[in-house]
Amino acid sequence: MSIHVSNLVKNYDSRRAVDDVSFEVKRGEILGFLGPNGAGKTTTMKILACSMAPDSGEASVAGFSILHNPELVKASVGYLPESAPLYLDMYAIEYLEFAAALQGVPKEKIDGRVREMVRVCGLDDEKHKRIDELSKGYRQRVGLAQAMIHDPDVLILDEPTTGLDPNQIVEIRRLIRELGKRKTVILSTHILSEAEATCDRVVIIDKGKIVADGTAEELRRKSRAVETARVRVEDFGDEREAIDAVRALDEVADLRQAADEPGVWIVESREGAAHRKAIYNICVERGWTLLELTPLETGLEDVFRELTTTAD
Amino acid sequence: MRAIFIIAKRETRAFFDSLVAYILLAAFLGLSGFFTWIFGADVFYVGEASLNQFFAVAYWTVFFFVPALTMRSFAEERRSGTLELLLANPVNDWQIALGKFLSVLGLLAVAFALTLPYYVSVAALGPIDHGAVWSGYFGLLALSAAYIGLGLFASALTENQIVAFLLALFSGVLFFVLFDAVAASSTGALAETLTFLSLSARYDAIARGVVDSRDVLYLLSISFLGIFLAVAVLQKRNIVD
Repeated sequence: MSIHVSNLVKNYDSRRAVDDVSFEVKRGEILGFLGPNGAGKTTTMKILACSMAPDSGEASVAGFSILHNPELVKASVGYLPESAPLYLDMYAIEYLEFAAALQGVPKEKIDGRVREMVRVCGLDDEKHKRIDELSKGYRQRVGLAQAMIHDPDVLILDEPTTGLDPNQIVEIRRLIRELGKRKTVILSTHILSEAEATCDRVVIIDKGKIVADGTAEELRRKSRAVETARVRVEDFGDEREAIDAVRALDEVADLRQAADEPGVWIVESREGAAHRKAIYNICVERGWTLLELTPLETGLEDVFRELTTTAD
Repeated sequence: MRAIFIIAKRETRAFFDSLVAYILLAAFLGLSGFFTWIFGADVFYVGEASLNQFFAVAYWTVFFFVPALTMRSFAEERRSGTLELLLANPVNDWQIALGKFLSVLGLLAVAFALTLPYYVSVAALGPIDHGAVWSGYFGLLALSAAYIGLGLFASALTENQIVAFLLALFSGVLFFVLFDAVAASSTGALAETLTFLSLSARYDAIARGVVDSRDVLYLLSISFLGIFLAVAVLQKRNIVD
């Protein structure tokens, strides 16, 4: 187990930012930390990177306790805080050398590591520029490069793709997936497609509590409270009348006509109701010919919205 | 130890990259040179080969320059978030504070060293008390150390550089001016305590060539106290933040 978090609690004044959070990350796994803004993602990551202490609870990263061995944790973690705060008055390459030295990379290896990171992060054209001349995307890359400069086992990346253009996002994601083959990665995001595209597993956090934990696939399956199905029927006579009849079913919440094809409907169930049986039954009852009844996948967006907009 | 030097090196480089260092050196040499050689109670007017006037001017220059040098140390790093990244490295708060302390002290030491030609020139003009000069330079460094400590503490308290500057300046006024002034107008134990606390009295003694270990110890403990408090403020993030 590369990261083991148990019962973390952190309060800001009276507000509880992280509330009894526990989860684990296996070696070589990419974990997506997902949640709306202000859910406690950044706080949790700061605690794991030892830049903030929890009020209670314990976590171990790469086998070291964040409470008892913070220096060892820091040495085995690469951390990229939100919005990559770098020294703007330094040159990219100078900054990487500084980061390497501070991370305890032996002097004779610093050059090699810096060159390697410049290559991996695609900084070759920008390495002799001052950081304040770099675009957001390149700053983010310098941030990633400094996080990896000492070849840590664990990477903690806070919103690594915010502020990037779509091409850069794709590239950074590719880079993270590449890294994830050899390292344990935790990355936070509030963009679902990102978590889905990059991560092996997703933890959804809301108001400081973990509300879901699993692969994107599992989450989707588990919480499919609203089912959507594509229905194709024939011989239904007047379409408007038929639609009204389906809409009137107890189990059905909504019906949309798909495109311009007559008799093809997207039917949404009420929460927790299985509506396909009811649709089949009404077809039999009215003598319509049912050609297709396909359950459509619930997007992770729905899972997310559902889990993070509960009561209040 | 290595971490302290890496941080000190970066800080020093930042001073030179941002021109702060050049402005400081030029202003320090300009001011001290002007008052030592050209204006007021200068060397020629006094008619004796001593650097007393230089040390008196240096005293006030340090008073204004140290807050200007230390104000950004922590305030700027906190505001821009770089402190968080710095602390994510396997370094502790002490190493960071000491690194910053050394870089400022180093810069001032360079400024002082550049005034050594004054010493050589005055020595060529007449018999000079060599001991007093060296103890004066030593006192200047000790005084700077005390003031840098206070400045770092002020900078750790806030994210605003101007506030940090004013806080450091005010604590300077307290130690350099106020204690003296109040001591002068009061008597008995209070006067003694305040004179004891006054930095200027300590410095004056050293600059005259009277190196008393208690004075040195006092200046260095002020310096240590400042760094200690700065570190304590940094560590506070672990408790509340």
